[in-house]
Amino acid sequence: MKYETQKVALPFFMVAMALFALQIVFGLLAATVYAWPEFMASVMPFNIMRASHTNLLIVWLLIGFMGCTYYLMPEEAEREIHSPGLAYLQLAIFAFAGAAALVGYQFGIHEGREFLEQPFWVKVLITISFLIFLFNTSMTLAKGRKTAINMVLMLGLWLAAVFWLFAFYNPSNLAVDKLYWWWVVHLWVEGVWELIMAALLGYLVIKMTGVDREVIEKWLYVIVGLALFSGLLGTGHHYYWIGAPSYWQPIGSIFSTLEVAPFFTMVMFAFTMFWKGTRNHPNKAAMLWTLGCPTVAFFGAGVWGFMHTLHWVNYYSHGTQVTAAHGHLAFYGAYVMIILGVITFAMPSLRRSQPYNQVMNMWGFWITTGAMCFMTFTLTFAGVVQTHLQRVLGMNYMEVQGQLGLFYAMRLGAGVAVAIGVGLLLYSFFGPRRVQVPAGGTQLTAGAASA
Amino acid sequence: MAEGLTKSAARNIFYGGSLFFFLLFAALTAHSHWYMVNVSTDSAGLTDSVKHGKEVWEKNMCINCHSLLGEGAYFAPELSNVWERYGGHENADAARNGIAAWIRAQPLNVPGRRQMPAYDFSEDEMQSLIDFLEWTDGIDAQDWPPFPAG
Repeated sequence: MKYETQKVALPFFMVAMALFALQIVFGLLAATVYAWPEFMASVMPFNIMRASHTNLLIVWLLIGFMGCTYYLMPEEAEREIHSPGLAYLQLAIFAFAGAAALVGYQFGIHEGREFLEQPFWVKVLITISFLIFLFNTSMTLAKGRKTAINMVLMLGLWLAAVFWLFAFYNPSNLAVDKLYWWWVVHLWVEGVWELIMAALLGYLVIKMTGVDREVIEKWLYVIVGLALFSGLLGTGHHYYWIGAPSYWQPIGSIFSTLEVAPFFTMVMFAFTMFWKGTRNHPNKAAMLWTLGCPTVAFFGAGVWGFMHTLHWVNYYSHGTQVTAAHGHLAFYGAYVMIILGVITFAMPSLRRSQPYNQVMNMWGFWITTGAMCFMTFTLTFAGVVQTHLQRVLGMNYMEVQGQLGLFYAMRLGAGVAVAIGVGLLLYSFFGPRRVQVPAGGTQLTAGAASA
Repeated sequence: MAEGLTKSAARNIFYGGSLFFFLLFAALTAHSHWYMVNVSTDSAGLTDSVKHGKEVWEKNMCINCHSLLGEGAYFAPELSNVWERYGGHENADAARNGIAAWIRAQPLNVPGRRQMPAYDFSEDEMQSLIDFLEWTDGIDAQDWPPFPAG
């Protein structure tokens, strides 16, 4: 840790990981209901589990992004965080708001729009916290060194805040409601969040490989350019069947197909820089995440997104388990993995030690990633069968669901494996430190300075 | 990466191109808004009861089991065309009574079947909810879904 205030990232990472664990608990509950439909039916209906599962994801990813930003900003801007006190304050507000929303859901207190279920006052608290965060980090940046990485990162975060404001607009015309609902949901995850992801990936690649910043930052602009050129009009793939004009069918099909490009470029970027890299960084687990994140994002967000994005395909697959499959691997590959990667990279210096628990972290990587892939495959098979029976043959919904039990059972099994993998990861982050590199091995040649 | 492309050129293409595509997207969204209000939805039929029905829909978080226009939780049937499924186009009264009776009958407690919770709707809330579902069925959604099954 070159700058003392980078340590404010630690409580953000701890809160984020606690909520991540809780997200998996609710996911397991919901997956169990799919396998045994009467499970907890009278205690906690499925909709509460599902809202808790998705909201916890969104909240912990945002807290994770904040932690990552606080960690890298001093190094990139070459100065201390403007106010560590404000950072702790906004974390407290955000964590309180998230916890209050979660508790409220269990008692049916919510606004009832998918992903934007938070009660009005929780939305206000989230906005306040996020503005404090933006003020704090922007002040740090304004007085410090401006790099492509911290500029693109802050642009992504500011735009995320701007588009969030559409969450406060709920027109009574359902079609118009959905039109602007996507201005939050799509423009976040298939738009400006990609700026955040690419900037964090660029930061990791610089640190891990030691490749010249000029080269990396040029790649970064190309990646985020491709992301927004494709992703903005790519929103059209959500406008096919909600009462919008038919021109969204060609526009959405073409531009959302191009959404694969930034993810593929990120894969090329990470692997090319790894190849060119001159630094033998001792944190091998962080290198694994740096390469794994764009790869899984390419398959989850890119390939699985493309699979059902063309309008004449989506006409049949829209709103089936194919969507659920894509959603799980896209969020995991793009956003969960980038944050876990930064945490893996940052924890040794936050705990003031050499890289540790590397092997356990890598076990966690492979078990979690493997299980998420398997979960995605089971949901994809379920979705293909569902699409054929329900959308091609016209069979009744519940009858079709009765045919999918095997896939849902296997999905639950995959969920249990994810929980095991994440347990290993959390232990490797926060548990006792054990050195896991061979004495005198090449892993140590980079020395303490680069850790 | 092409040697000819400098970092500042890449940056300018990013900012300029993003602004261009954003403005184009915003303009098309504005037109879509106009189209929805004037062409593809029944604005005149968007009564207070339909609006209240949307509130009932949201208050009970139906979206986190069901889907509506294909968006939602995929755990329970699509409801944007439930009005059609109950024969509302042929016999509105029968569809209205059928949907209300189905909701009132929950939970079905059929072993091994997904359980919809009981909702204690007032008669007013029930009629508003059904008005909302009937109105939603009238949205011109480019002929989606392919079958009444949803």
